[in-house]
Amino acid sequence: MANFVVQTSTKKGYKLDLQTGLFINNEFVAGAETIDVVNPAYGETICAVQAADKEQVDQAVDAAHKAFYGGWKEAAPQTRQKLMLKLADLMERDAEELAQIETLDNGKGISMSRNVDVPASISTIRYYAGYCDKIHGKVIDTPGSLSYTRHEAIGVVGCIIPWNFPLLMLAWKLGPALCTGNAIIVKSSELTPLSAIKIAALAKEAGFPPGVLNIITGYGPKAGDALARHTKVGKIAFTGSTLTGRHIMKAAAESNLKKVTLELGGKSPSIVFEDADLDQAIKWTHHGIYFNHGQCCCAGSRIYVQESIYDKFIAKFKEYAENTRVGDPEDETTFQGPQVSQTQYDRIMSYIETGKAEGATVFTGGERQGDKGYFIQPTVFTDVKQDMKIMQEEIFGPVVAIAKFKNLDDVIEKAHDTTYGLAASIHTTNVKTAIQVSNKLEAGTVWVNQHNVLHPETPFGGFRQSGFGRENGEYALENYLQVKCVKINIGADL
Amino acid sequence: MSLPDIQTLTLPNGKTIDTHTFLFINNEFVAGHGPMIDTVNPTTEEVICSVHSADESDVDAAVQAAATCFETTWRKVAPAQRGRLINKLADLIERDIEHFAHLEALDNGKTVAVARDIDITDSVACFRYFAGWADKIHGKTVDTTFDKMCYTRHEPIGVVAAVTPWNYSVQMPVWKLAPALAAGNTIVLKSSEVTPLGILHLAALVKEAGFPPGVLNVVTGYGHITGNALTKHPLVAKVAFTGSTATGRRIMESSAASSTLKKIQLELGGKSAQIVCADADLPHAAAQACQGIFNNHGQSCNAGTRIFVQEAVHDDFLALFLEETKKLKVGDPFEDGIHQGPQINKVQFEKILGYIDLGVKEGATIALGGKRVGTKGYFVEPTVFVNCTNNMRIMREEIFGPVVCIGKFSTVDEAIALANDSEYGLAGGVYTKDVNVAIKVSNEMHAGTVWVNCFDVFDQSTPFGGVKNSGFGKELGKYALLEYLNVKTVKFQLMDI
Repeated sequence: MANFVVQTSTKKGYKLDLQTGLFINNEFVAGAETIDVVNPAYGETICAVQAADKEQVDQAVDAAHKAFYGGWKEAAPQTRQKLMLKLADLMERDAEELAQIETLDNGKGISMSRNVDVPASISTIRYYAGYCDKIHGKVIDTPGSLSYTRHEAIGVVGCIIPWNFPLLMLAWKLGPALCTGNAIIVKSSELTPLSAIKIAALAKEAGFPPGVLNIITGYGPKAGDALARHTKVGKIAFTGSTLTGRHIMKAAAESNLKKVTLELGGKSPSIVFEDADLDQAIKWTHHGIYFNHGQCCCAGSRIYVQESIYDKFIAKFKEYAENTRVGDPEDETTFQGPQVSQTQYDRIMSYIETGKAEGATVFTGGERQGDKGYFIQPTVFTDVKQDMKIMQEEIFGPVVAIAKFKNLDDVIEKAHDTTYGLAASIHTTNVKTAIQVSNKLEAGTVWVNQHNVLHPETPFGGFRQSGFGRENGEYALENYLQVKCVKINIGADL
Repeated sequence: MSLPDIQTLTLPNGKTIDTHTFLFINNEFVAGHGPMIDTVNPTTEEVICSVHSADESDVDAAVQAAATCFETTWRKVAPAQRGRLINKLADLIERDIEHFAHLEALDNGKTVAVARDIDITDSVACFRYFAGWADKIHGKTVDTTFDKMCYTRHEPIGVVAAVTPWNYSVQMPVWKLAPALAAGNTIVLKSSEVTPLGILHLAALVKEAGFPPGVLNVVTGYGHITGNALTKHPLVAKVAFTGSTATGRRIMESSAASSTLKKIQLELGGKSAQIVCADADLPHAAAQACQGIFNNHGQSCNAGTRIFVQEAVHDDFLALFLEETKKLKVGDPFEDGIHQGPQINKVQFEKILGYIDLGVKEGATIALGGKRVGTKGYFVEPTVFVNCTNNMRIMREEIFGPVVCIGKFSTVDEAIALANDSEYGLAGGVYTKDVNVAIKVSNEMHAGTVWVNCFDVFDQSTPFGGVKNSGFGKELGKYALLEYLNVKTVKFQLMDI
C-alpha cells in the first residue's frame, strides 16, 4: 500500500518527509493524476503530488456528509474547541517544519514564513477555537409566540484556497468553518499544495473524526469546478482571482444555489498626503506593494502622492525600492523571493512591457533579477494615466504605479476609478483627514499610516468586484451558519 | 518558631499531600500579619493545619500590587495573549486535578469524586470558556451626525475584589477570576477562612502559567478583618461577592460608605422552588429533584429546597422521591460509593439541626431522616419534611443543609404564586410534559434560572444569577463579561482648523 511520503531536503539541508496524497476520511489516498510541485527559487521540481478530479471530490464530499450527519452535527462545542486547540498546539510544535515547507513551495522568505505566515495561522485557529461555544441566537419578544433563532451549521462546505499565502488562507477558512460545526472539503492550489497536506496530517493527529476535514490538491477546472457544482455542498468559500470567482458563482447558480463568498483581487490605492510622516509613508507604502512579492490581494499597487511632496517622495521611494533585499528565500535576510511560478513571472513581465508600450516610465526596476528562479526587480512606474492597463488591472507582482494628486476630491475620484474595492491606505498626521478619508473610501479595509496589517480579530473582505463576505473576526462566522427561526405557539388557538 | 509556607498533610489512606499556607501577593507566597486561622476537617473535626490571614496592611499590599500591575503591565498585554495565559492555567489545573480534589475533600468534606468530576472539571471548563472571550470583547461604532465619529470602548475596570464562600471553594473563585481576567482586570481574592487550601494551589499555578506578578493575589482571612479592609479599599474598583444575603448587605453598605464608590455584584442565598405537575414523568422528576436539593450536601445557593407537588400525584411522587433519597450514602468523603460527606463545620451543623427541630415545632412532618449520622464529623441525614406550608420558617429561611420541604398545590397558577412568595429569587424548576405549562412557568417565575425537567444543571455559556434578595449581576456566559467592563464613549468632532 503506497504511503505517498517523499523524502527531500531544502538547499540548506533541512530534511522533510513530504506527504503528497489526497486527505479524505482521515486517510492519504491516490488521486486521478499527479501534479509536479516546483521550487520557484530554482525552477526545479520538488516532488509530485496526487491530484483530485471529480471522482475524488465526490468521495471527499461523501466522507464529509457522512461525518456531519453521523455525529459531528451533534458534537458538543467543547469537543470542537478541544480539537482546534490541539491542532494549534501541533502547528506550534511543528512550526519550523511548516515554515520550511511554505518557503520551499511558495518561495516567500524563510523569515516571512517563520515570523508572519506560521504564527498568524496558529493565532487564527486559536482565535476561532474560542468561538465554538459562543454562537448565540436571539430570543425575540412576539405576541402569542415564543420566538427564537438558532444559528446552525450549514453542513458540508467547500473551500478553495490560493497559492499566495497557502497556509494562512487555509487557516482563515478552517477557523470559522470548523468552529461553527461544519464538515469541510478544502481544495488547495495546485501550485502550492504542500503545507495544507501537512495540516491534514496534524488534524488527524489532533483527533478530528474521519471526514470532518478533507484536503485535496487539484486543478481549478477539474477539482475546483466539481466542488463548486456538487449538490451536497451547501456553501463554497473562494479566495483567488476575480475571473475564477465569477466562474464559481456561476457554478453555484447552475447547481444547487449553494451559498457563496468570494475574496477576490484588488488594485488598492495608497494615498500619501503632504502632512504625512514622509519616512514612515515611504516604508509603509513600500511594504504595501512589495510584501509577499506583490502577491497580495490587498497590495497597495497604486500610490497617489500629493503634488507638493511628489518629487521628494519618488526620489526616496526609488532609493528604498532599490535597496529591497531580493534573494534566496532560504536566506534569513531575504525580504523578497521569487514569484510563485513561470506563468506568473511571464504575466508580470508582460504587464511591464504593456506599461512601457502605454507610455509610462520605468522609474526603477523592470527587469528579471538574476538568471535562475522567477525573480523580478522591485519595479516602479511613473508618468502613469488612470486609464492605463497597469493602473486598472491587477498585476500581482512587485510592480507599483505612482501618480500625483492635487487635493482631497481629486484623489478620492482617482482612488475610486477602479472596478475593485478591497483595501486602501491613507498616510497623514491629521486626524480629521484620517477619519474623513476613511469614511469616504469605498474599500473593505482602510489602513491609516500602515498597510497590509491584519489580525484574526478584525474582518477582511472587499467592496465592489473585490468580492463579498468577510473573513476573520466575528463577522466570518455568519458565512458558515444559517439562521433558523423557531416560533412556539403559546396560547393562540384557532 | 514559625512554620514554612508549604505544609505536608496526611490523607486517610496514609498518602501525603502538600499545601501552601501563606498569602499570595505579587506572585510570591508571603507571611500574613493577621491572626493564624485553623482550618478544620469536617469529617474528623480535627485541625488540618493553620493558615496565615491578612490584616489591613496585607490587604493594602495586595491591592497596591494589583493596581500597579494593572497600570504598568496587565492592561498592555494583548487580549489574545491574555487568552493564552488563561488556557495555560486551565491546562495546569487539569494536570493537578487529583491534588485539588484531595485538598477539597479534606478541607470542605465533599467527596473526592465530586470534587474532581464536578468542581475542578467545571473550573477548568470555565477558564477555557472565558479564555476564548479575551480577544472578542467588542465596542461599537455608532453613527450620529456626519461631522462626528463616535465609538465605545469596553475597558477593564481595574482592581477587582472577589470575596468567595466555602461551599465550592475553588469553583466560586474561578467563576469570578475567569471573566475578570479575560476582560483584562487584576484581582485580589479573599477566600473563605473556612476552606482556604484549594485556592492557594491555584495561585501557585497562576504563577507557573506565566501571569505577570500582581494579576492575581490571594488574601485568606476573616470577613470582619480581611473582607472589610478589602471591600473598603479606595483602589478597589469593583467587588464581586458570593455568600449569605446578610453579608451581601454589609458589603453593599460598606461600599456606599467608603471613600470610592465601587461597582458591586452579589450572588446570595436562595429558597428555590421545584414544581412537580401531575403530568410530569414522575420517576425522572423524583431523581432530578433529589439531586436538585441534596447535591453538595444541600450547601448550594440554588438548591431546590421547596418542592411543590400537584395534589393528584403527591403521594406517588413522594414515594419515588423517598426511594431516591434513601439511595444517598452518607459517609467519609475519601471512601468510594459515598454521595454525601459532612456539613462544612460545627456552626452550620448546629444551625441545620436547629431548623429540623423548628420544622417539627412548626407542624411539619419528618418523612425521612432528621438526625445526625454517627458521633464524629458533621454528618446529617438527608431529611424530608412533608405537610409544609409556605408560611413556615423552614419554607422561608435558607437552611443550607440536606433538608427539603415538600408542600402541595392544585393549579399551576397557585404553584407559581407559591414559588414566587419568597424573599429570594435565585432559581426554580418545573417538571411537566406540557410545552405550554413549561413556557408559562418559565415566563412567570421570579428567578434568575428556571430549569425545565431538570435541576442544578449548569453550562459555562449560560448565565447564572438571581433577583430580589438573591442578589444581582450574572456569572458565566457572555453576560458575565459586562460585570467586569466599563463602557467608555469616545466622540471625535471633526472641525475645520
